[in-house]
Amino acid sequence: MLNVGQLNEGFVLDHIEAGKSMMIYNNLGLDKLDCCVAIIKNARSNKMGKKDIIKIEGGLDLVDLDVLGFIDHNITVNIIKDGEIAEKKRLSLPAQITNVIKCRNPRCITSIEQELDHVFILTDEEKQIYRCKYCEEKYSR
Amino acid sequence: MKHLLSPLDLSVDELNDLLDLARDISINPKKYSHVCDGKKLATLFYEPSTRTRLSFEAAMINLGGSVLGFSSADSSSASKGESVSDTIRVISCYADICAMRHPKEGAPMVAASKSGIPVINAGDGGHQHPTQTLTDLMTIRELRGSLDNFTIGLCGDLKFGRTVHSLINSLIRYKNIKFILISPKELRVPDYIIDVLRENNVEYSEVEKLEDVMSQLDILYMTRVQRERFFNEDDYLRMKNFYILDKSKMNLAKKDMFVLHPLPRVNEISVEVDDDPRAAYFKQVQYGVYVRMALILTLLGLDKEIQ
Repeated sequence: MLNVGQLNEGFVLDHIEAGKSMMIYNNLGLDKLDCCVAIIKNARSNKMGKKDIIKIEGGLDLVDLDVLGFIDHNITVNIIKDGEIAEKKRLSLPAQITNVIKCRNPRCITSIEQELDHVFILTDEEKQIYRCKYCEEKYSR
Repeated sequence: MKHLLSPLDLSVDELNDLLDLARDISINPKKYSHVCDGKKLATLFYEPSTRTRLSFEAAMINLGGSVLGFSSADSSSASKGESVSDTIRVISCYADICAMRHPKEGAPMVAASKSGIPVINAGDGGHQHPTQTLTDLMTIRELRGSLDNFTIGLCGDLKFGRTVHSLINSLIRYKNIKFILISPKELRVPDYIIDVLRENNVEYSEVEKLEDVMSQLDILYMTRVQRERFFNEDDYLRMKNFYILDKSKMNLAKKDMFVLHPLPRVNEISVEVDDDPRAAYFKQVQYGVYVRMALILTLLGLDKEIQ
């Protein structure tokens, strides 16, 4: 295994589906952080075959866990203190997300009024269906 | 502040109260003729819809109130680029309640979030048209005496017809209603409506020919099948008569069945059916005015003052 330096204080986003780390990097705005961020792609995983991992030096408030939960709620968040895993956090699907995805319905009011937030609401947790708050169009991943 | 954006904004109890009030208005219209004296309804119609706009205006005038507004986006400040949010903030200073028709879906919700007055969705694109649904529910209840225990056939374009989707979503809250969905396969109801029916254990069937099921129906809700919705001309020609209601099909129906239609009709109901006592689509228009009167009173909080 490639050694990427030990994290003393921070958190690790583990069990990211292989290939999705850059998308998460961009969606969480990690490019705007000043702290140390490491992306590991295609790491070996017993459970997944291969996976991506992101290590971030700093507090959990640096990222929006709702956005992360929306992208993939199977990701594990390991909080690291003094070089050890202090807590494992499970993600859930957020009830509502704002300005993460855009409504693609050309008939939606958001298509003509630029200042409106793009808000999606979880309408079916089992089927993981999000619908636009305004026009109720289903979001297709 | 209470608004009406979707028919499901009203609980079954609130809906029953509203329909009771609408019935009382229909029986004693004079009692209500000055309840809205001094009140103003703004009709904000960003796209033309003469029928719905006039129904709202008639409702407010019947209550003693007055109306102001515009009937197309060209004659409003939207043509100068004003947002819905700004327009409603301004209109809130001029009127006590407003009805909004907009081609973009969700526009009335945006308006409601910034409005100082109650907003009624008078149709937003292909999304919702709650006062049509209230009209349909009142018509069924007045004709049958209740909204429970009947078989309704929904016929025509069930895929794009928002009135049909809203009606199904509202009727599943009542007891023992069976749906027969009559349409060409290209124009069947969307999957999410079928999901709703299944999840609520509602009995339904999908068929292609109206005459096959005519004898089972207590209510027939007709909608228009447009030629351009078909993938090819052959299918259209083969099936167009399946969805045209005429005397011969009416002869197959129960004596106490009723025919509803959201109007405007083109040719899907033959004019020879108009004189049949079971043709209820023009009564439906009158009920639409009563139910809008009841809605205006309820949203203005005046419904309890009349008793």
